[in-house]
Amino acid sequence: MSIANLSYRAVFSLVLKRDLTIAMRHKDDIINPLLFFVIVVTLFPLGIGPEAQTLSRIAPGIIWVAALLSTLLSLDRLFKSDHDDGSLEQMLLSPHPVFILVLAKIVAHWLITGLPLILIAPLLAVLLHLNEQSYGALMLTLLLGTPVLSLLGAIGVGLTVGIKKGGVLLSLLVLPLYIPVLIFATSAIDTAALGLPYSGQLAIIAALFIGSLTLAPFAVGAALKVSTN
Amino acid sequence: MWKWLHPYANPEVSYHFTGKILPWLGALATLFLSIGIIWALAFAPADYQQGDSFRIFYVHVPAASLSMGIYFGMAIAAFTSMVWQFKLADASAAAMAPVGAIFTAIALITGAAWGKPMWGTWWIWDARLTSELILLFLYLGVIALHNAFEDKNLAGKAAGILTLVGVINLPIIKYSVEWWNTLHQGSTVSKLGKPSMSIDMLWPFVFCFIGFALLVATIICIRFRSEILTRNSIRPWVRTLVSEHLSKHIAQEKNNAI
Repeated sequence: MSIANLSYRAVFSLVLKRDLTIAMRHKDDIINPLLFFVIVVTLFPLGIGPEAQTLSRIAPGIIWVAALLSTLLSLDRLFKSDHDDGSLEQMLLSPHPVFILVLAKIVAHWLITGLPLILIAPLLAVLLHLNEQSYGALMLTLLLGTPVLSLLGAIGVGLTVGIKKGGVLLSLLVLPLYIPVLIFATSAIDTAALGLPYSGQLAIIAALFIGSLTLAPFAVGAALKVSTN
Repeated sequence: MWKWLHPYANPEVSYHFTGKILPWLGALATLFLSIGIIWALAFAPADYQQGDSFRIFYVHVPAASLSMGIYFGMAIAAFTSMVWQFKLADASAAAMAPVGAIFTAIALITGAAWGKPMWGTWWIWDARLTSELILLFLYLGVIALHNAFEDKNLAGKAAGILTLVGVINLPIIKYSVEWWNTLHQGSTVSKLGKPSMSIDMLWPFVFCFIGFALLVATIICIRFRSEILTRNSIRPWVRTLVSEHLSKHIAQEKNNAI
């Protein structure tokens, strides 16, 4: 079977496997954003003071802002190296839909950076004295929210990958788009701390997730076509 | 049906057409703005609760609506350019972005100046204020992306994608009042059947609003013309235009010297 007649699922898993293999060979790419996440969170108690009450009040915001920043930091590796060595252009030239290729790359990015972040977040929540009732909400918002960060971030990377100093510009483009996720996630965690139901906020984050999952890959594809020209 | 539009895809035709309507737009903007502003600041009755400080409303509300309207216009231009590969639409979007950013900044600053006497604070993290601030960031992102590319065609395409992504922000701004319903007062103007504003306050507002809209149209028109000229600077028609202008200028200088 030649590469041209592969099914969508086969193409998706091929690209996913390729990206995961590359990531496994450069473990720094996984570990550094995670370390950044941990260090940023530990800086806040040092800056604000060690009172448990203050910390538990602002813990959801700190964890989520740190998650946004560490995702932003890791976004660069999504297309950069592929763009530099030309494999990105080869992918765009292939007969398979760009949607599938881009989606596979984004899923790989989330598995590499989003998932470890979710796993380490409860540990940091303990350091920040997060309210005991909020842990479920924290995990659920991170689980639904971090894929949105990867999907929206990919649009920004797609637009800036061809620019020499795209890093700062990327944050300017992407961070405003992250604001709704941040608002609803922290609001859900705060509501959970009061013992109230937070399914409403969770539903909105889920809607953002579904919306960006269906639309963002198209935008990324268009952006990459502009960037590779 | 849309055939009458086709000639305007030619930059030269568009340039001359906008040149013809520009003086009319400018004159109408001056007329409406001077009537509206004088009426609003000097003759409209003061608010029974907010006193004279409510008069900033006549600048604040048009600026806020136009800041969103311009973004919407930019999104339409981006969509047109993406679907029909219509390059002038990119030029118009590039012309709109800085104007929109300035009007968003005006809305935020006048809002802060209004909030200080009314709410006792320059800034609150209300949904509407926050989304207006996000709108400013989106504008700045689009402008930054425009400047990051050397090639103006690529810049237009990239900024167009970003604009379309950001246009999701507009409904959030519009419906945020109903969703969160916080400190910001509800809309007073748009209730069609029964406006909650007195009629002698509403009329100056209508003039101000139309005046500001025409002002925006005038500025965008001027910027659009200069965008066309810079993008087509190697075309013969631009060269003849410039040389005609120069020779006229030189002739005038000579006349003055004599």
